[in-house]
Amino acid sequence: MQEAMIKRAKELLADGTVDRVIGWKKGEFVYDHTPAVFTSAQDIEENFVCDELTSANLSKYLVKETVREGKVLAFLKPCDTYSFNQLVKEHRIDREKVYVIGIPGGPKLDIEKIKAKGITGILSVKNENYTLKIDTLYGASEMPFYEAVSEKCANCKSKKHVVYDELIGEDGDVLDSGRFETVEKLENMTAQERYDFWRSELSKCIRCNACRNVCPACTCEKCVFDNPSSGVENKAAADSFEENMFHIIRAFHVAGRCTDCGECSRVCPQNIPLHLLNRKFIKDINELYGTYQAGENTTDKAPLNDYKMDDCEANVVHERGVE
Amino acid sequence: MQVNENKEFQPLIVAFCCNWCSYAGADLSGTNRLNYPTNVKIIRVPCSCRVNPMFILRAFQRGADGVILCGCHPGDCHYTSGNYFTRRRMTLLFGMLDFLGIERDRTRVEWVSAAEGAKFAATMNEFTEAVKKLGPNRRLEDLRCRKQ
Repeated sequence: MQEAMIKRAKELLADGTVDRVIGWKKGEFVYDHTPAVFTSAQDIEENFVCDELTSANLSKYLVKETVREGKVLAFLKPCDTYSFNQLVKEHRIDREKVYVIGIPGGPKLDIEKIKAKGITGILSVKNENYTLKIDTLYGASEMPFYEAVSEKCANCKSKKHVVYDELIGEDGDVLDSGRFETVEKLENMTAQERYDFWRSELSKCIRCNACRNVCPACTCEKCVFDNPSSGVENKAAADSFEENMFHIIRAFHVAGRCTDCGECSRVCPQNIPLHLLNRKFIKDINELYGTYQAGENTTDKAPLNDYKMDDCEANVVHERGVE
Repeated sequence: MQVNENKEFQPLIVAFCCNWCSYAGADLSGTNRLNYPTNVKIIRVPCSCRVNPMFILRAFQRGADGVILCGCHPGDCHYTSGNYFTRRRMTLLFGMLDFLGIERDRTRVEWVSAAEGAKFAATMNEFTEAVKKLGPNRRLEDLRCRKQ
């Protein structure tokens, strides 16, 4: 697939359809592929990469890229197309300036899961018939492919591209995923257990703001957490309250716009399951206001920008589930 | 002055009241000489829709033990539809606070019209009692703001 993508990118650059390409380039380590903008065929030939470890969502980079002159080619996985559509809907991306090539999605690997097996000094990772052959500084080792699949791919919601100009490979379908299972499990705990669970998770937060910076839904020019008088400005949390405040507000500000792309949890250096907060909002919206998938199209009204006369009262959330 | 050793816990309740209905309702309960606890501190907002989820968290940070949001009845909003949006927002926010393990009875939304002075007093009495039972807010407090 990588060859097909490089070939097509070079063709489109050569015939002038686009003047830059956004994709992934090799990083310092083999598992460290970073998003990058390519402007020459030579650069693409040398550095472009797409494999099981290129999981970054490229949609958010298009916000800045489409402000510039010229057209940009973007390679989008199915989950990225939802983020792309949502940004087009919010007028953050100029659709005319992007040439979208849909590429097949995951399953992508989570390098942390490989490292958790005690495999360090990784030199290369190869997938051979769903067994990972991992070459390390200390010799070769292997592990089953599915044990290293990232959480977001294991609970994939859709393999369908909701927007594209052309496709490489096949288009898939919306899947019936079990992505709300963990949220349900938490809801069935007692309040004390939930409190303890979130305290143990959120107290790990170092306030690096990576979750906010990577989120394709967080595109405000001036964020509330950049405001010095907010009291929760970019800083290590001094108190459990600040941790709660930051994570509640971060999730709330993308409620109804979050496409559940899972980038927040992927980038978290402390491995906090942040996607669970977003999924809780998605689950509540689906249950109370009707099923809604952000980014599915560019016309539906967002649930928090909309209302019905007979919506449930706010206090009903106090009567359901376990206390 | 004698210190009462068995002093009962007195919660601090913050009530966000919309200017057009609930604030007038509170006024009416006052002019009708209806009693409601002094624990309740009212903050007047132009519309219940003005209340940012951050206001509610901030109230807890600064020492509130319970937060109640009062607005016009759905359909009666001075700005036509403000309280409909409030309703959706607060439903999600309360669901999230519950998900994080914060006690449920610390937050509430009530619709109180300008003519419902009696309802305002009754709601505040009942809500204060409920929060009193829960005790001080410990799960969503800022230790630096705690009064000794």
